[in-house]
Amino acid sequence: MQRLSADSVTLGYDQRVIAKDLSVEIPDHSFTVIVGPNACGKSTLLRALSRMLKPSEGRVLLDGQTIHSMPAKKVAKTLGLLPQSSIAPDGITVADLVARGRYPHQGLLRQWSSEDERIVQESMDATGVGELGERYVDELSGGQRQRVWIAMALAQQTPLLLLDEPTTFLDIQHQIEVLDLCAELHESQGRTLVAVLHDLNQAARYASHLIAMRGGEIVAEGPPSRIVTAELVREVFGVRCQVIDDPETGTPLVVPAARQRDGARVA
Amino acid sequence: MKAVRTPGGYSFRADTRSLVVVVALLAAALAAGVVLVGSGDFDIAPLDVVRTLFGSGTPQQDFIVNELRLPRVLVGLLVGAAFGISGAVFQSVSRNPLGSPDVIGFGQGSSVGALVVIVWFGGSATEVAVGALLGGLATGVAVYLLAWKKGVHGYRLVLVGIGAAAMLTACIQYLLTKAQLVDATRAMVWLTGSLDGRDWAQVWPLLALFALLLPVILAYGRPLRMLEMGDDAAYALGVPVQRTRTVLMLAAVLLNAAGTAAAGPISFVALTAPQLARRLTRATGPNILASGCMGATLLVTADWASQRLFGESRLPVGVVTGVVGGLYLLWLLVTERKAGRI
Repeated sequence: MQRLSADSVTLGYDQRVIAKDLSVEIPDHSFTVIVGPNACGKSTLLRALSRMLKPSEGRVLLDGQTIHSMPAKKVAKTLGLLPQSSIAPDGITVADLVARGRYPHQGLLRQWSSEDERIVQESMDATGVGELGERYVDELSGGQRQRVWIAMALAQQTPLLLLDEPTTFLDIQHQIEVLDLCAELHESQGRTLVAVLHDLNQAARYASHLIAMRGGEIVAEGPPSRIVTAELVREVFGVRCQVIDDPETGTPLVVPAARQRDGARVA
Repeated sequence: MKAVRTPGGYSFRADTRSLVVVVALLAAALAAGVVLVGSGDFDIAPLDVVRTLFGSGTPQQDFIVNELRLPRVLVGLLVGAAFGISGAVFQSVSRNPLGSPDVIGFGQGSSVGALVVIVWFGGSATEVAVGALLGGLATGVAVYLLAWKKGVHGYRLVLVGIGAAAMLTACIQYLLTKAQLVDATRAMVWLTGSLDGRDWAQVWPLLALFALLLPVILAYGRPLRMLEMGDDAAYALGVPVQRTRTVLMLAAVLLNAAGTAAAGPISFVALTAPQLARRLTRATGPNILASGCMGATLLVTADWASQRLFGESRLPVGVVTGVVGGLYLLWLLVTERKAGRI
């Protein structure tokens, strides 16, 4: 039994059902990446796993308990989430924002222990923003800002960390920075990471466990080297392609087929 | 930020600058209060006021200070603090400086409640206050429910609130046209907001409400700070989002309605106090205490100004806050528009 799983959940917003009778288990200590075309329900699934969305049927289980009936703070000590969009309060410094990640471990009489202080500094160092503590978050570049948010999620010190499209709005350099950081957290600290990513090649390179979704259903799941094939990509994304070995890592690399010209079709 | 840790594993953390600002503003509010107690047809020097408050004034001073003027000033301080705190809570919950109770119709709601009592029932001052309280509460709940859509969002609250304010203003006009001349005059005085003739009967209920609600609001201050990062981020950190918001909004609506019931819909204190406080503390979060002290200072200072700056023709305090606050609202609308938030 894995720590986090969804047990035949039906997910949707208002009357619109996005996924029906969906079951999934997140392998412990994996770097799980969920991929799929737009509107396939990948973010919806992540929101359900992080209890932001309550399933209309079925349940999400965390350590064997229904996550939605657990006290908010108790869940927050086990499971962290980096939402797609968060608002940095006006005029907040990096150190203050990261310190907010300690909230679930604090209380009215325990507002700032020396442990809090140490973990906040460690989290900033781990994400490479250790030097920026006194800077204002508004002044930072997009990539730096995302690192600060990740540092906040790290400071929460949860064995499970969910990331909703952590690379959206970042340029390629910062995308790789963020993903390298995730890979390092996964490898060196043994945390279970679950991320929604748009880029299939990045997913195949970084994930230890890949979940491919389409139309609210899971089409395939497993290690990328086993499941990423030309047929799968056509089935999930509707794209013809070749799958070759990534020259850098040996993981599957998806190369979409070239546009067919009229001449080619005749030939 | 400074942290204090005790051997027992307890730890507390506060922003030094915010603490200094709170203490300074509290001192300013009390000082303004002393000056206000001293001013009137019979001027008393501030030092004599303090002496009289501590029980060593002449019998004449004692009567003027403790019986006539102190309750009025206390009502001013408490109402100002109530407006400041409720403004701070609402602006923080709605993540918008315009999401202030006086902009989103709560003051108008209280006015309709008060006018119904004055115009239709010719009720006593206490009944008018109860009417205002109920009107404010009903408006608060109605705006909250109308703005509800899977949680309350800042701009929805502001837009629904402004709509409600417009409709309630129409109700006020209607009630005024239906009123007898005497009642209409009484209604107009109430509508401007004034501290004239306030006595101990207004002080005690306000004080009791503060004793009840302030600890609740302060206890929820930490989760409220987390809410400013967005519902998802706050929830992920273990903040019970809906409960925090409901409790805080209910407490703030109550405070605001009680303040309005005691002194009339004195405009713009709730809008300006949190913003001014925030500029002084330069701290994130709602700045609850600083906003409360700022509101008290503003209201009492405005009351003093309305008595002193206009010679013989004393103005009700609501006129002064209205003029100053109106200018601020204009400025705020322009800057918010430039920032693309409305």
